[in-house]
Amino acid sequence: MRKVVRGFYAIAEAVRLSKPNVIAAYPITPQTEIVENLAEMYANGELGDAEYVTAESEFGAASMVLGASAAGARAFTATSSQGLLLMSEVLYNAAGMRLPIVLVIANRSVSAPLSIWNDIQDSISIRDAGIIQLYVESNQEAHDMIPLAFKVAENRDVLLPFMVCVDGFKLTHAYEPVDLLDQETVDKFLPPYNPVVKLDVNNPVAMGCYAPPPYYMEFRVAMEYAMERASKVMLQEFKKWYKLTGRDWGGHVVAENCEDAEVVVVAMGSVVPLVREVISRMRQDGKRVGMLKIRTYRPFPSREIRKALKNAGKIIVIERALSIGAEPPVTADVKSALFGLNSEVYPVVTGLGGRDIPRELVERIIEDVMKGKIKPEKRYEGLNEFEEVIP
Amino acid sequence: MNYFGPGHGACPGCGFPIAIRGAIEVLDGKVIAVNSTGCLEIVSSMYGRNTWGVPYIHSLFENAGAVAAGIETALRAMKRDNEAHVVVFAGDGATFDIGIGTLSGMMDRDHNVIYICYDNEAYQNTGNQQSMATPPGANTTTTPVGKLKPGKTGRKKDMVEIAVAHGVPYAASASIAYPKDFQRKVKRAAEFEGSKYIQVHAPCVTGWGIDGKLTVEVSKLAVETGLYPLVEYEYGKLVKVKKLKQRKPVEEYLKIQRRFRHLFKHEMGKEILEQLQKIADENAEKYGLDA
Repeated sequence: MRKVVRGFYAIAEAVRLSKPNVIAAYPITPQTEIVENLAEMYANGELGDAEYVTAESEFGAASMVLGASAAGARAFTATSSQGLLLMSEVLYNAAGMRLPIVLVIANRSVSAPLSIWNDIQDSISIRDAGIIQLYVESNQEAHDMIPLAFKVAENRDVLLPFMVCVDGFKLTHAYEPVDLLDQETVDKFLPPYNPVVKLDVNNPVAMGCYAPPPYYMEFRVAMEYAMERASKVMLQEFKKWYKLTGRDWGGHVVAENCEDAEVVVVAMGSVVPLVREVISRMRQDGKRVGMLKIRTYRPFPSREIRKALKNAGKIIVIERALSIGAEPPVTADVKSALFGLNSEVYPVVTGLGGRDIPRELVERIIEDVMKGKIKPEKRYEGLNEFEEVIP
Repeated sequence: MNYFGPGHGACPGCGFPIAIRGAIEVLDGKVIAVNSTGCLEIVSSMYGRNTWGVPYIHSLFENAGAVAAGIETALRAMKRDNEAHVVVFAGDGATFDIGIGTLSGMMDRDHNVIYICYDNEAYQNTGNQQSMATPPGANTTTTPVGKLKPGKTGRKKDMVEIAVAHGVPYAASASIAYPKDFQRKVKRAAEFEGSKYIQVHAPCVTGWGIDGKLTVEVSKLAVETGLYPLVEYEYGKLVKVKKLKQRKPVEEYLKIQRRFRHLFKHEMGKEILEQLQKIADENAEKYGLDA
C-alpha cells in the first residue's frame, strides 16, 4: 500500500512485519521516533508476541538483544551516534558470538562538539566489528532492507549482525511516499528464525567461551569467511526481493552511467539522489559523467567497484566521515579496490554535522575535476574559513 | 549429572565453587547461567574445556544483568519461561562497580532473574585490585599499603541495600561458610516473580592471603564478627537475620588474613581497626545481630 509516511514510521512498520521476538532500545535523537513507533505498536498489541523493553542505556539495549538472540529470539534494536559508540563493545562481542541481531542506525555525527545532525561518522567508526553494513538512499529502501537484513543475518552461512544505516533527519524524519509491505509478502520472504544453537536446558551449550592463543585466531578468521559468504547471500536475497516486490535495488553497488564516464562520483546514503540528479542533468549537456552508489559497505564490494570503475579515469568520493589522521574511510577502501589501475581518486569531505551539501557544490566539483582544476587529494568542501584556537 | 565441574580450574580453597554448585543443585539444574567476565568465567569456560552442565553464556564484564534480562525477555516472548531459571553469577567487581548500571536496569524492570554476586572483595581474577566491595584497610595492588596509606580507605558499598532500594521482591546476603543457609535462600528466591539479588561472601585464597584450608573458617569469622551480616529481605522488609550468640572482635577475622596484616603495625592501622569494629557494631545495631 503506497502511503506518504515519515522515515521512522516506514522503518518501524518494517520491523513489525519482520515479527521480532524481542526489541530493546534506548532513546537518542534522531533514532528515538523509530522506537517510539514500535513502543506505540507494542502498547496497542500490534507486535504479536514480541516483547518491547526500555533499556537503561544503549549499552544495556545491545546487551539485552544479545541475550535474547542467544536464547533463540529474533531481536532488534536501533540507535545513533553516541548510542552506537556506547554499544560498540557489545556489538563487537555479538558479532564474535555470531548472533544475527538487526540494528537500524539513524546516522548522526559524533561528539565533540555535540551535534545531533547527520553524517555517517558513527556507523563508519565500527566498520571493523564484523557487522554487515548497508546504507540506503531512501525510506523505501530502508523499509525494504529490514526484512532482508533479518534474512541475511540469520542465514546459517552468515550468522552476523546486520546494520541498516539510514541518514538521520534527512531520511528518518522526511516524508516520502513508501510502498508499505504487507504481512503476507514479508512472511513469504522471511521464515521464522531457526537458530543453529540456543540457550536451552534440554541441550546445554556454553556460549562466549574464552579462547587462548591456540584457538582465538580461527574464530576471528571464521568471521571473515562468513562475511565473504554474506556477500553472495545478499546478492541472492536482493534478487529474490526484486522478484517478490518488483523493486530492484541492485547489488552491492549500483553503477549509473558509468560505462563511458570520464568522471564518476561515488556516493553512499541520502546524498545519492542529489548526485543522481546532477549527473543526469550533466549528461543532458553531453558530459560523460556517472555515479556509483555503494549500498553494501561491509562486506566491502571491492570486485564490483573495480568492475564498475575500470573505465573511469577520475573518481570523486563524497565522504561524510573522517578517519582523522588518515585517508577518509570510503576513499581508502575505494582506492584499495582500484589498486593497480590508472585512476585518479578525489576524496571530497563534506556535509559533516548536518551541513548542507548543495547541488551547486557537487556540480562545481565535477566541473573542476573534468577541467583538471583540482588535484586528486583530500579536500574539504563547504568548509568555512576559520582560525584554529590553540590556547 | 555434574552441573559445575569437575575440571574447573579454581584454586584449592577457592570459595565460589561452593556457591555455584550449591545454587544450581538446589534449583535441580533448571538453570540458564549468565556469567560476567571474571575468575569464575576464566576457570570454567575455556574453549574446549567447558565445565558447565547447564546452558551457559558469558558476554562481557559489565553486562550480565542486561544479558540475563534479554534472555528472560526472550523466554517470555517465546513462551519458554517455564523451562529454566535465569541465574547470573557475577563477581563483586562486575556487580558493585562496572556492571551496576545493567544490574540496576534489570532490577528496575524487575526481570525474573536470580542475580548471585560472589563477593570476594576485589578484582581477584586480575590479581587483587580494589573494588567498591573491598573493605577498608585491605591491602590491594591498587590500594597498596605505603608510608602514607593504610590500604583501602573508604567503606564497602552496601549492595544489598541498593537492591532493596530498587523494590525487588527478594534480596539477601549469604556466606559459603553456611552453605545450607545459602541454598535455602536461593530456593526461596526462586519462589518470587521478579528480580532477586543474593550476595554470597566467598573468600579468595590468593587475594586475601589465607591458607586454602581456612576458607570456610575465615568466611565464618566474617559473619561471627558482624562484618558480614547474613540478612534477608522480602518486598523491602527485613524478614530474617542470622543472630550471633557471642559476637567476636573483628581482630579475630582480620589477623589471619595477609591483606589486613599491616593494620597491626601501621601508623594508621589502629584507626582502621577502630573503623572496622565500628562497622561491625553498626551492623549489630542495625540488624539486631546480637542474640
